[in-house]
Amino acid sequence: MADSLGKRPRPLPRPTPETRHFWDGTKAGELRLQRCNDCGHVYLPPRPLCPACSSRNVDVFTASGKGKLLSYVINHRPHPSFDGPYAIAVVELDEGPTMLSNIVDCDQTPDALVLDMPLEVTFEDNGDIAIPLFRPRESQS
Amino acid sequence: MTVAIVGAAETTELGKIPGMSQIQLHADAALNTLADAGLKAKDIDGVATAGESPVNVAHYLGIAPRWVDGSSVGGCSFMLHVRHAAAAIEAGYADTVLVTHGESGRSGVGRGGGGGGGGSLLAQFEGPYGSMGPTTMFTIGVLRYMKQYGMTHEQLAMVAVVQREWAGMNPRASYRDPITVDDVLNSRMIAYPFHLLECCLVTDGGGALILTSAERAADFPNKPVYILGSGESVETPMVSQMKDLTSSQAFRIAGGEAMRSARINHGDVDHMMVYDAFAHLPIWGLEDLGFCARGEAPGFIEDGNTRPGGALPLNTNGGGLSYMHSGMYGMYALQESVRQMRGTAPAQVPGAAVSLCLGVGGMFAASGCIVMGNELP
Repeated sequence: MADSLGKRPRPLPRPTPETRHFWDGTKAGELRLQRCNDCGHVYLPPRPLCPACSSRNVDVFTASGKGKLLSYVINHRPHPSFDGPYAIAVVELDEGPTMLSNIVDCDQTPDALVLDMPLEVTFEDNGDIAIPLFRPRESQS
Repeated sequence: MTVAIVGAAETTELGKIPGMSQIQLHADAALNTLADAGLKAKDIDGVATAGESPVNVAHYLGIAPRWVDGSSVGGCSFMLHVRHAAAAIEAGYADTVLVTHGESGRSGVGRGGGGGGGGSLLAQFEGPYGSMGPTTMFTIGVLRYMKQYGMTHEQLAMVAVVQREWAGMNPRASYRDPITVDDVLNSRMIAYPFHLLECCLVTDGGGALILTSAERAADFPNKPVYILGSGESVETPMVSQMKDLTSSQAFRIAGGEAMRSARINHGDVDHMMVYDAFAHLPIWGLEDLGFCARGEAPGFIEDGNTRPGGALPLNTNGGGLSYMHSGMYGMYALQESVRQMRGTAPAQVPGAAVSLCLGVGGMFAASGCIVMGNELP
């Protein structure tokens, strides 16, 4: 992603107590989700309660890091952290939750960015914070 | 009708709580209160809060409300919420209302922070990825819709073409010259698949409304326009967390509630406004409110049903795409519904007696819907 980044770093998150496990995970090279021990619901973004059944009995687990391209736009307006047109994508993880991200190691064009293409997570080091991004993967893996 | 408080609790801890973000404090107080009442979040159908957006609270807790109050007037906001909630319950707008407060006033954990960098969930989980606000976020589900239902780029462009026809009949519209599908598709790319002419204007303006009882309405100089029904809801502060990128839960709940409370069917609606920040909004609105089956609104518009002379005149001022869009366009949609019901619109729909006006807040974060009529129900 470094070559597609402009001069200024991307806006970085400021972790909060209930999201700390997620950002500790990205720093350790893991994509961490939460699962409800009562109803089994898997969710993101992090919360200390299950949004499906209100239970506080939830655990953190490491996800597969695999997903697919659910939808996207290709932004053509200038952004201080990005060069040229770039895609902002919604990724659907194999475990169910969706998340916003960028797609790297891939041309930022409609021809290259095909809906439902298999993706895998990769992490961009920004010092204290690692940002989860996604890149195309072979569908068999 | 008498309304009662049936659950009450504070956060588990009070004092110095550096281990919890502000939204967590809302949730902790809410879960304790739900437990006090023997309820789960899914039993709640009304949400009121101040200091945090009710969108954040509802999404965090997993509530799909049909009544929302974000009245924020300082420390007494919660007294107002209780009062509004009592009125809402009496009116049948909600059965079970949750009022929450949480404030990391000492520790300042997870307070505020919008798009770029910060401690809110939006800042943490959408801020880093180069969002340019509405042009990139409102529009992000449209490619999925195209794949799912086969909508073409030409059909999306047609929304802007039809609304320009309406704008041409409105002397106050910002853009009135006719445009073609090719004009739209050849306009500058903003955020693929959206071209400039598929995005709303950015203009200055304002509007206001005055309401009173129907009994007094006859004493005023202009023809009264009656509120026949209304609805509201919120879904999520993050577009990436919509349950379905091709449909707005807030539209479905607010629109359904408005039509139910107005006791109308789709065939009763003579005129419709759908807040069109971008060209796909009327498509989502027509489908989410059941005027078209899923996937059929692009063809419905392409076939001319929403244009002048069509079966369901829509966005008859030209909409946010051609009339004006100051940022919070909902007021202008309401103004056009009022003009149509008074019979004074520049592009007046002959004989229109019922108007449905659907608004959006944020990027599918919230919705409000008003049904108006030109006769007492």
